[in-house]
Amino acid sequence: MITVESLTRRYAGFTAVDDVSFTARPGRVTGFLGPNGAGKSTTLRVVVGLTAPTAGSATIDGVRFADLPNPGREVGVLLDASAQHAGRTGREILTLASDTMGLPRRRVDEMVELVGLTPTEAKRRVRNYSLGMRQRLGLATALLGDPRVLILDEPANGLDPAGIRWMRDLLAGFAQRGGTVLLSSHLLHEVEVVADDLVVIGNGRIVASGSKDELLAAAGTLARSTSPRDLAHALEQAGIPSTLAGDGSLRTDADPATVGAVALAAGVALTELRSAEAAGLEDMFLSLTADTQREGAAA
Amino acid sequence: MTATTVPPTTTDAAPSGRAAPAIPTARLVRIELRKMFDTRAGFWMLISIGALSLLATGAVIVFAPDSSVTYARFTSAIGLPMSVILPMIAILAVTSEWSQRSGLTTFTLVPSRGRVIGAKAMATALVGVGSMLVAFAVGAVGNLAGSAIAGVDTVWDVSLSAAPQIVLGNLVGMAIGFTLGVVLRASAPAIVGYFVVSLVLPGVLELLALVREWFSDLQPWIDWNDTQVALFEGTTNTGEEWAMLASTTAIWIVVPLAIGLTTLRRSEIK
Repeated sequence: MITVESLTRRYAGFTAVDDVSFTARPGRVTGFLGPNGAGKSTTLRVVVGLTAPTAGSATIDGVRFADLPNPGREVGVLLDASAQHAGRTGREILTLASDTMGLPRRRVDEMVELVGLTPTEAKRRVRNYSLGMRQRLGLATALLGDPRVLILDEPANGLDPAGIRWMRDLLAGFAQRGGTVLLSSHLLHEVEVVADDLVVIGNGRIVASGSKDELLAAAGTLARSTSPRDLAHALEQAGIPSTLAGDGSLRTDADPATVGAVALAAGVALTELRSAEAAGLEDMFLSLTADTQREGAAA
Repeated sequence: MTATTVPPTTTDAAPSGRAAPAIPTARLVRIELRKMFDTRAGFWMLISIGALSLLATGAVIVFAPDSSVTYARFTSAIGLPMSVILPMIAILAVTSEWSQRSGLTTFTLVPSRGRVIGAKAMATALVGVGSMLVAFAVGAVGNLAGSAIAGVDTVWDVSLSAAPQIVLGNLVGMAIGFTLGVVLRASAPAIVGYFVVSLVLPGVLELLALVREWFSDLQPWIDWNDTQVALFEGTTNTGEEWAMLASTTAIWIVVPLAIGLTTLRRSEIK
């Protein structure tokens, strides 16, 4: 379990992470979501001890990362796939990590195979790797020590659709076996598919956190009708505020059952009624971070 | 091919609190040694030590007058290129973690930065001593071959007391490079810095000693090049000379290294 408590990191004249608290629990994938520059990477760097916190703490099962005797065996970390010596081969990078952790060399071959690099690719120098290959190599390094916790910063970056699918399955399987996964992303759909829990950060502060189901339930209901105006009117009469979109769809915070009942009572035929799940997270993400995102600030 | 098909027995993902033993220092030193030579740059640096030793030996055999075909001539000819390459190796051993950003992995696998830097220092010293042993051996072979070719008696004129001083002189140069690496944590500035303190600084100090009389007594206590040259020549003998070496070492290595280590341990690894 990863526990972050009241974490703050200040730089000269600017606060990158502001009183952030959350937990990532075993057996679950926790998505750490936020726009660019929200403080995701800084938070993760503090968790693994690369950046010192100004205040607050971060622990892995109650222990500071820096106090773990052999961290690679307990926590797999991938913060930046490009942060590797360009002159080393992929295999050499894995060998160094494997030797550091005191693992048998066969782990290197196993990991090369697991992440889908060919033996020929593994012998090439990292400067010749594509971002996707670097990402796979970074994931291999993280998984090398058979850890029970994974901390990954934007792991889907640069992966092709098949690679993203593969990684999603890998993380889900890891969590299913009791592992803890904390992954950051600004790719909403990627997180929406794989995460069980969500922590949304904007401008260094947590703006929402909880299980994905809870957060999506809060996103409300989407309904379509042959006469959207009548439906909106009926809802208003029932005391349920709603918004009518340009495409004739209607959104409300009420749950689908209530909306259905109102429509039936008003005699309005519905053509679609569902929880606003598919688009929900994106809307929530954009609205929660509206004050902090760059586009909003520029407008 | 998906992870979900892997049977649970192959992983220890359950939060069992498995206590992994700490990483022994000897392992860290071995890994840092490996990292110094597992890149193309590192590999050629290693090759160049051997190649330049042979080249320097050949040059002495070909160009030196017969009367000066002695062991000291060979060791000093080999020592010159080595005294430049070894500090570069020391610099890159530290700075590549930042310039190449591999430190992100290194300091995540071993969060104690002091231990990593200590292992790097030990690996650097091992390379220094190892290279000097190679230099002495190549020089010895060159001396035997050279004197045979020139038809003169083989002269062994490097005393047993001078040899460790020559090794120490090279270690001082490497330590200066290592210190610059720890303080600056970037390859290019550290390399430039090394040439400034080894080529520009001695001239400045000498000039200062010429124009300001009070400084001329002080200069040998401050100019690390002076004390290094004395080591290369095997002429650090009196207590005062060793004290001078201690003084220049404190000024140029101990103090900046301590400051550099303190900031390095607090710094943010990006």
